[in-house]
Amino acid sequence: MREVAIISYVQTPMRRDAGANNDVEMLMPTLQEALSNVGMTHKDIDFTCSGSCDYLGGAAFAFVSAVDALGAVPAIAESHVEMDAAWALYEAWLKIQCGKADTALVYGFGKSSHANLPNVLSLQMDPYSVQPLWPDSISMAALQARALLESGKCSERDMAEVVANSRRNAKSNPKAQLKGDFTVDQLLREPTFVSPLRKHDCCPITDGASVMILAVREKAEKFCKRPAFITGIDHRIDAHGLGLRDLTVSESTRIAGEKAGANKGPIDVAELYAPFSHQELILRDALGLDATKTKINPSGGALAGHVFMACGLDRIGAVATRIINGEANRGVAHATSGPCLQQNLVAVLEG
Amino acid sequence: MANACAVVGVGQSSRYRSKIKVSIAGLVREAAQEALKDAGCTWADIDAVVLGKAPDFFEGVLMPEVYLADALGCVGKPMLRVHTAGSVGGSTAIVAASCVQSGAFKRVLTVAFEKQSESNAMWALSSRQPFSPHLNAGAGGFFAPIIREYMRRSQAPVDIGCKVALKDRTHALRNPRAHMHEKAEDLDLKKYMDSFMLWEPLRFSEVCPSSDGACAMVLASEDLAKKSPNPPAWIHGVAMRSEPTMYPWREEVNPQGGIACAKDVYSQAGITNPRKEIDMAEVYVPFSWYEPMWLENLGFADVNEGWKLTEAGATFIDGGDIPWNCSGGVLSSNPIGASGMIRFAEAALQVRGMAGDHQVDGAKTALGHAYGGGSQFFSMWIVRSEKP
Amino acid sequence: MSDEKPMVEGFEAPISLHYTFAAGHAISKFLHSIKEGKIVGQRSPKTGKVIVPPRGSCPETGVPTTEEVTLPDTGTVITFTVIHIPIPNNPIKPPFIVANICLDESDQTFIHLVSDCKNEEVQIGTRVKAVWKDPAEWDYSMDNIKYFKPLDEAPVDIEKLKAERLKAVEKYRHA
Repeated sequence: MREVAIISYVQTPMRRDAGANNDVEMLMPTLQEALSNVGMTHKDIDFTCSGSCDYLGGAAFAFVSAVDALGAVPAIAESHVEMDAAWALYEAWLKIQCGKADTALVYGFGKSSHANLPNVLSLQMDPYSVQPLWPDSISMAALQARALLESGKCSERDMAEVVANSRRNAKSNPKAQLKGDFTVDQLLREPTFVSPLRKHDCCPITDGASVMILAVREKAEKFCKRPAFITGIDHRIDAHGLGLRDLTVSESTRIAGEKAGANKGPIDVAELYAPFSHQELILRDALGLDATKTKINPSGGALAGHVFMACGLDRIGAVATRIINGEANRGVAHATSGPCLQQNLVAVLEG
Repeated sequence: MANACAVVGVGQSSRYRSKIKVSIAGLVREAAQEALKDAGCTWADIDAVVLGKAPDFFEGVLMPEVYLADALGCVGKPMLRVHTAGSVGGSTAIVAASCVQSGAFKRVLTVAFEKQSESNAMWALSSRQPFSPHLNAGAGGFFAPIIREYMRRSQAPVDIGCKVALKDRTHALRNPRAHMHEKAEDLDLKKYMDSFMLWEPLRFSEVCPSSDGACAMVLASEDLAKKSPNPPAWIHGVAMRSEPTMYPWREEVNPQGGIACAKDVYSQAGITNPRKEIDMAEVYVPFSWYEPMWLENLGFADVNEGWKLTEAGATFIDGGDIPWNCSGGVLSSNPIGASGMIRFAEAALQVRGMAGDHQVDGAKTALGHAYGGGSQFFSMWIVRSEKP
Repeated sequence: MSDEKPMVEGFEAPISLHYTFAAGHAISKFLHSIKEGKIVGQRSPKTGKVIVPPRGSCPETGVPTTEEVTLPDTGTVITFTVIHIPIPNNPIKPPFIVANICLDESDQTFIHLVSDCKNEEVQIGTRVKAVWKDPAEWDYSMDNIKYFKPLDEAPVDIEKLKAERLKAVEKYRHA
C-alpha cells in the first residue's frame, strides 16, 4: 500500500449562520488557504473529491455549483459522494492507492442554517415503514440515549461531563462555535429538550466548509515538514432498523477501529464525531479508549460545531493538525453517518 | 501500479419500465442477486458495496445507502454512495473498480439504481431555483439549444436525430430488458419525424423515457476473476473528468471535458484509433442528436462529420462497423442513476460474449461512457476479453 | 369466500420541507442593482471576462470576483430552443422561446425569454434588447425583464463575437 499523508487542512469558522455567503463563497477562501499553506496551486492536485448533501441545500445537484470554486478549466479528475467528506477522503485515498493520483483535494461543506436538519434526516429512514412517521434525528438519538441510560452503561452525569469537556476544550479552538466554562451540575439543571436529551447534549446547527489535501510520501515531504500519515483507514455499516441492533454499542465502529489498527499503538489524541453527548461514550467504548491516556475531542468535537457533511472530515483534520504541529504523534479520528451511529469510519494517523 | 480488475457478474432489472412495483430494496436486490449468480458467489463473498444514484429528490429518500445496508448484504462491511449527477452510474463503477485496483478489496458489489416513479423527476430537475427566472424546463430544455448549435455548425440533415432514435429503438427489440419495445409499424421514420415537438428541435420520439431500474456488477481481483464461472471482462482503462457548468465562452457542443476524458481512457488502453480499435460502444445518448455529437467528442469522427456515420448506418448492429448502443441505449431505457452503469455493464457483457440477441459478433474491446450535469461530468471505461 | 385482501402496492407519503435560501454576496448585489433597473455583472481579476449574473467566482480559475461592470440591456442570442410544453408551476403559454443570451460587453450567457416576435424569425446570432416591466413592479428578480425582443439589426456571427470579446478583455487579464 502506498503511504498517504494529510499535509494541509483548513476549516471556516463554525457559525450558526454564515449569512449571505453561499457554498461557493464559503469554499473559495478555504480552498485557497489550504493550497497556499503548503505552497500548492490547484494545478498540483491530481484528484478532487467532495462530500455534500442535496437535501441540505434544498436543490438537486447542490454540489455542482461547488465546482465553480475549483478552477476546473481545463477539466479535472473529480468525483463526489453524497456523504460526509470523510468518505470523500476514503474515495481519494483509494484513488491514490490505485496509482492514479499522487495528490488529492478533499472538501465538505453545508449550510445547516438553510434547512431543518433533524427533519431532513428523517428522510434517511426506511421510506415505507419508518419515514412516514417523520422520526427526526434528535428523537432517534434520544431513544438511543434512553437505552444507554437504562442499560446502566452511563448516567446523565456522564453525558453532562462530555458536554462540559467539550465546552472547555473548545475554548482553545478559534474555529469553535460553542465554548465556555460549565459545571456538570449547571448543565444538569437545564430542562430536557427531547427527553432524556437536553439541548446541550445535541450538536448545534452550523454553516461551514472544510478542505484537506492528501499526498503520497514523496510529495508530502516536499510540501510539509511533518505530514500526518494515514496508517490505517476502514469503515463499516450496521443494520439500518433501529430495532435490529443494540443501540448501546457501535459494532461497526469496533470493527472499523480493529481493521484500521487503532489499538496497535498508543493513542495520544482521539477525535470522535459524536453529534450527541451519549454517543461519545458509546464510541469511546467501541474503540477501547482510555480517557486517562488519550485526549478525547480536544477540539470540542461535534458538540462545539457541527458542519453536516464536513464534521467527519473535521475530526480527521483536528487529529492531523495536532500531528503536523508536533503536539501528538499518533491519533485516531472517527466519522459517522446515518441514524444512531449506523455507519462509521475510523482513520489512524501518525507523524 | 493498479492491480488488475475484472467484471465477473452482471445483473439488471428484468425489465426497465416506469413504475416497477417493488420497493427500492427489492429493485436493487433483483439486479444484485443476478450479478452474484453470474459471478458464482453469494452475499457472504462480497467484501464491500459501492452504491450510486442521482439526486435523492428522485425518490424522496435521503442517502439511501443507509436504508439499503441490509438489503445489499452490507451489514458489517464497508459501503460507499457516489453521486456525480447523470454520469453517476459510470463513476460508481469506477469507484468500485478502485476498491479492487487499490488492493484494498478482492471482490466488490456495485449497484446503481433509480426509482423515478416514487417522486417526480421533471419537478426535481426543474424545481424553482431561488433568485433566477423560472425557465428550467427539464434536461431537454437545457440540451436542445446546444443541439441547435450543432445542427447549424454541421449542416446535418434535419432527420439525423430521428434516425438515431429509430436505430436505438430497433436495437431495443433485441434486448428483453429495454423499457421501450416499439411495435414494428411504429418504427417508421415519418412517424418519428411527425411526433410532437417538445423543446425544438427535439421531438417526443427523440427523447429518453423516464424509467425505474437497477443495474449491478461484481468486480473481482485477478486471482478471483480467473476462477469465476463465466468469462470476465477485464478493465483496461477508467477515467473521469469534470468541468464547471458554465464559464465564459465555454464550448458546450464539443465539451473539452469529454475530449480529455476519452484521451485519458484511450491512452490507458493503448487505443489511438477508436473507430478501428473499439468493436462496440455503449454511449450515454439520452437525446437523439447526442449520438453524432459524441461520435465527434469521442474521436470516432471528425468535427462536424459525426452525423455521416449515423446516416451511413455505421452505428447499427447489422452491417455497421462501429455499433453503438446495441442494448437500445438511454433512448430506450433511462433510470437516470443507473443508466451510466448500464452502459458500463453492457460493454462488459459484450466482451464476455453474454449480450444475447444484441451481441456484436466477436466483440473484444468495448467502451462504456456516461455523462451528466450540463455536459460537464464524464466517466468512461474500456473493457476487453483479454487481460491487460 | 376468500379472506384475501389486495396487496398494498404503494401509498402516498407527502414530504414537506421548508428552506431558507441565501443568494450569496455576488447574487445579492446583482439583485439589488436589478431592482433599480440596472444589470451589473462582475469581471474576473484573472481572466478579465465578465459574467452576468455574477456568482462571486471565476469558474475558470476559482478566484473570487468583485469588480462590478454595469452592462447595457442589449445582447445576442447565442442559441435557443422553442418550448412546446408548459413549465411546471409557470403560467407562460407554449410555444415560447427560451434563449441563451449574451449581453453586450459580457462573456457568459444566461437564459431568458425571447418574445414579441415570430418564433421562426429568431436565429442564432439574433440581436435582442430587454423589455422591462413597469418600474413600479420592479423587485429583486431577473423577472423585472419581461422578455427580450429582437432588434432590427443583422444577426451576428458568434465565432466573430467570441474573438472580439476575447481580444477586448485582454487588457483586463492578470492570469
